[in-house]
Amino acid sequence: MNSEHHVLARKAAELSEAATKLSNKLNALASVATEHVQADSGHFVQLLTVFLLSCFVGYYVVWRVTPALHAPLMSVTNAISGIIIIGALMVTGFEEAGIATFLGVVGVFLASINIFGGFIVTRRMLKMFDAKHIKK
Amino acid sequence: MQLISGYIFLFSAISFIYALRGLSSHKDAKRGNIIGILGMVLAIIACVCNPHFHNKLLIVISLLLGGSVGSIIALKIPMTAMPQLVAGFHSLVGLVAVFVSYASFLIPEAFGIGFRESVPEANLIEISFGSSIGAITFTGSIIAFMKLQGLMPSKIIKLKGHQYLSILLLILTIISIYIFVKSQNSIMFNILILLSLTIGVMLIIPVGGADMPVIVSMLNSYSGWAAAGIGFTLSNNLLIITGALVGASGTILSYIMCKAMNRSIVKVIFGAFMTHNTLTSNVTTDERSINTSSAEDAAFMLQNSSNVIIVPGYGMAVAQAQHSVKELTNILSAKGIEVRFAIHPVAGRMPGHMNVLLAEANISYEQVFELEDINRDFVSTDIVIVIGANDVTNPAAKNDKSSPIYGMPILEVENAKTVFFIKRSMAAGYAGIENELFYRPNTLMIFGDAKKVIDDIIKTFA
Repeated sequence: MNSEHHVLARKAAELSEAATKLSNKLNALASVATEHVQADSGHFVQLLTVFLLSCFVGYYVVWRVTPALHAPLMSVTNAISGIIIIGALMVTGFEEAGIATFLGVVGVFLASINIFGGFIVTRRMLKMFDAKHIKK
Repeated sequence: MQLISGYIFLFSAISFIYALRGLSSHKDAKRGNIIGILGMVLAIIACVCNPHFHNKLLIVISLLLGGSVGSIIALKIPMTAMPQLVAGFHSLVGLVAVFVSYASFLIPEAFGIGFRESVPEANLIEISFGSSIGAITFTGSIIAFMKLQGLMPSKIIKLKGHQYLSILLLILTIISIYIFVKSQNSIMFNILILLSLTIGVMLIIPVGGADMPVIVSMLNSYSGWAAAGIGFTLSNNLLIITGALVGASGTILSYIMCKAMNRSIVKVIFGAFMTHNTLTSNVTTDERSINTSSAEDAAFMLQNSSNVIIVPGYGMAVAQAQHSVKELTNILSAKGIEVRFAIHPVAGRMPGHMNVLLAEANISYEQVFELEDINRDFVSTDIVIVIGANDVTNPAAKNDKSSPIYGMPILEVENAKTVFFIKRSMAAGYAGIENELFYRPNTLMIFGDAKKVIDDIIKTFA
């Protein structure tokens, strides 16, 4: 009888120890998770910072563009907005095939029309303004 | 590898800033463009060289295919068609934004934003915005392209209850974003994209042809915001920076255009959400007399003048008269007569369009002046020739408070000693308003096709 009590008591102690361990683990997991969430929102703030600062850079740079070159400005911004190709490339480069890959490939195709077309047409326009090009 | 591509992306971002910065002077512009190209090439290489990348051959093929299509279009397009080309390109950026955000919803693992149906809410919000702005840019640009290309009437098209329909669509879109973010349901995502596509159409169809320069610049900014939105989803700084640059640029251009037309930017952009307002054109069938003249008279008077300012409008480009104008300029310059060009900000169909058209005709940019730089000189000018422009010279904008264009900055050609106004007929201008200038005693009308009239003047000299 006494020994049975003993065994029971030991088992209880073991169980409680395991429970404590589990709860510790859970605690650690929870803290990692919250850290992750905090890091995530910190990450968003970082992206937002880059975004807003770039808006300011854009604002000051674009106001300095001479009005005579506003058409090349439009076509060159058009070309650089083709940088969205990075997204399409990442989709296509990912292993999984299917609709997503198809979207990626078409995306790469369309964005490169934009990039090549935009830069070339800008160059064509700027060449026309070239002083050397003007025959008197 | 990730680290290296990060540095390369940083370099690309700076090179794009430099490409825009270069446009502040004619001298640096070409170099800026080349640096921009370099940044783009490096960014693409850095991205594709990732060792974990699959389908590399497929990527290279579609890159080259797209590149050749783009190059051919860019080399063949006539300069008069620049606005529709730009609008067409904007639509592509919008469409790619939709594709990329759709793919990021299908395979979130590719961008490291969780797994299918367990994407964090914040990322879902970013995906919603990216795809929505992209879809609006896509259909909006298509409509703008069709209007500019003449595939659909450029006049104002308003549906019955357009305003309420637009507001309803906007509310439905916001609701669908909310449901999508909460449920991660793909049907909801499809609905969201369809709604956004419809909004794009609704936004642009009520915009009339005269406001096209604003719309083209505005869609430019939208394509930038769409790219930035995708940048947030991908946590890619290069996309965010570039998107912000483009967005800022488009916004500033829209603002400049609106100011030049004395239009409220809010009214042009959100016209779809507002009550119907037509330009109240009081075209009075005027019995006032006008003075007509001929090419021969013009040639005679030009010969005896000492300085001339030419005011070109889009009509000059339509008549393909710019090369004849260049020839006339050469003849006058050879006689020691000073010839300059005065350009109103909205003289073309997109910002800076007229400058390009003149440059194409080999007219030196040193002879071309913007409104604020030349307006004071009209007083001391012997002869002004207005070719294919109308509303931008209407003095009613200065002194007739009832005029719909009242307050719009104009080229004050009426201050010159003599104004030759070359025009097809007495029809009103784009805004549908009668031009006060026609009835001024110092205005001489020459009726006819712009190119033919200029050629006749040249013939008289010969």
